[in-house]
Amino acid sequence: MWTLLARRILQAIPVLIGISLITFVLIYYLPADPARMYAGPSATVDTVARIRHELGLDQPFWVQYTRYIGRVLQGDWGFSYRKQIAVTELILSRVPYTLALILGGIFVELAIGLPVGIASAVARGRWADRVGMFVALIGVSAPPFWLGLLLLYWFGYLIPIFPLGGAGSPVHLVLPALTAGLGGAAWYARMMRSSMLDILATDYVRTARAKGRAYFAAVLRHALPNALNPIITMAGMDIPWFIGGVVLVERVFNWPGLGRLAVEAIETVDVPLILGTVIFTSLMVVFSGILIDVVQGLVDPRIRYGQH
Amino acid sequence: MDITQLDPHRRRVADLSPEGASPGAIAPGEVSYFGLIWRRLRRDRTAMLGGMLVALISLAALFAPALAPHDPSEQFRDGLTPDGQPMPSTLLTDGGARFPLGTDANGRDLLSRILYGAQVSLIVGVLANTLAVTLGTLIGSVAGFFGDPLETLLMRFTDVMMAFPTLLLAMALVAILKPNLWIIILVIGVVYWTWIARVVYGQVLALRERDFVTATRALGAGRLFILVRHILPQLVPTIIVWGTLGIATNVMLEASLSYLGIGVQPPTPSWGGMIQQGQSYYRTAPWMVIFPGLAIMLTVFAFNLLGDGLRDALDPTQRGTL
Repeated sequence: MWTLLARRILQAIPVLIGISLITFVLIYYLPADPARMYAGPSATVDTVARIRHELGLDQPFWVQYTRYIGRVLQGDWGFSYRKQIAVTELILSRVPYTLALILGGIFVELAIGLPVGIASAVARGRWADRVGMFVALIGVSAPPFWLGLLLLYWFGYLIPIFPLGGAGSPVHLVLPALTAGLGGAAWYARMMRSSMLDILATDYVRTARAKGRAYFAAVLRHALPNALNPIITMAGMDIPWFIGGVVLVERVFNWPGLGRLAVEAIETVDVPLILGTVIFTSLMVVFSGILIDVVQGLVDPRIRYGQH
Repeated sequence: MDITQLDPHRRRVADLSPEGASPGAIAPGEVSYFGLIWRRLRRDRTAMLGGMLVALISLAALFAPALAPHDPSEQFRDGLTPDGQPMPSTLLTDGGARFPLGTDANGRDLLSRILYGAQVSLIVGVLANTLAVTLGTLIGSVAGFFGDPLETLLMRFTDVMMAFPTLLLAMALVAILKPNLWIIILVIGVVYWTWIARVVYGQVLALRERDFVTATRALGAGRLFILVRHILPQLVPTIIVWGTLGIATNVMLEASLSYLGIGVQPPTPSWGGMIQQGQSYYRTAPWMVIFPGLAIMLTVFAFNLLGDGLRDALDPTQRGTL
């Protein structure tokens, strides 16, 4: 278990270097001039040049990059050009909101997706299965920001149960979490059904049933734990999409999370903030991946003790 | 985004045809490879529904100038209510079929904008996916077939690209490169190829160990020859399936970028952009959000149905499991 964890963390290092390098290259070739954005439109050419020098933006690429990484490793992520607040402070103030949204969304995905998928697999070919899978396919196809606006219209405006946006209380979280999770729920339902069908067709499930175990006991005790395995793998691959999709949900609900911070940073060419938010969210993706692997190792001894 | 796609051992599409036979090799009196696929596809009612929807949407996009009742960017004076608000469908207000789906906040005809919006969605969806499939197939097959050091280099690069939150990376790229239609296509293609590369890589890893590859090598064939003549044809089913399913994803990505205001720029009508404008009016004019969203959903749905059907038709062992 610990070797698995150590290996995955070691593997993450080159990925993180790659991410920071690519982000830095993108920023470096930004056509908009960050020094000009920093100085404001009325600043003189001399002021802009002085600011460029002060920010180190006149240095060659590798100098800028190694300096930046050195500071990041010491916990200094720089100051936002626009807000004049430390990037780390800005990011950390948004993290709880985004984390709440992510956890809420994942809860919706699993709480709806897995039972529907299992029920569909057990009822394979019957109308319940067909209807379930048809609805799931529609759910996969609906744009999340559109679903969010429809939910807002119905359950925020027509029937005013939930607030029309913003954050602050658990009630505020309901619609955003549903929006973030419904598409994924539909997707997990399809995956879970497929995975369950594979497992239900195996010899050991047939043996369990032949030994006289009731059908549902066989399904729950023998098939379910094995069917969850590919689902966990899928969850790991879903994360970059999911975290990216949170940007949309935050926009719909005016949710003060990281995604909105990143969008603002990109729109205002706030270089340290773009770097900070992109690298931080990528860090989240990479570490969620490691977490998923560890969970999978805990669930499946073959992975824990195996070579892979 | 389908587990069966990622595990080469569970997808033995190559076994469809006789050993190593490439699609297109027809013996007299036999049904061709694609004839066989078409036969299977025709029996699949949901796939045919998807196919028909795809055809319908494509025709709508192609003939938008003829079908649209109005110019999509014309701002009608009678397109707004007396107090300057967007108008609901004139079918409901006895105004006849002048604005069948209502108007937007600028008094433009919503139906015309949706029809023209299909052009942007399909052009971006199809071209971006063509780019992604090409890049993914190239990188995945080269990494899988030639082995180290190319393998490590290319697949680690794929890992890095996959670790970026997809939408955020696309946003940053578009913002840097300035949004226009071609940049959007380029960016979506560039963030999406990683998935296809992974799938292709897995399949090529399995294929390169097969006997027909060893046999061809024993006959003295070069590696590039084997890759192009023997491995790539085996990937045709994967390319067809991803060429279809990927369009669904890319249509969605384009809509998301436009919704965030960094997609195709106004006045060119795009579905995501229409929803972005509608967001400010969703309480009083929900149709501005509902109809473009339905258009996105229908398009994504159609390509998903067709793609699923193609997968079943190309690999009958997976039929009905998804």
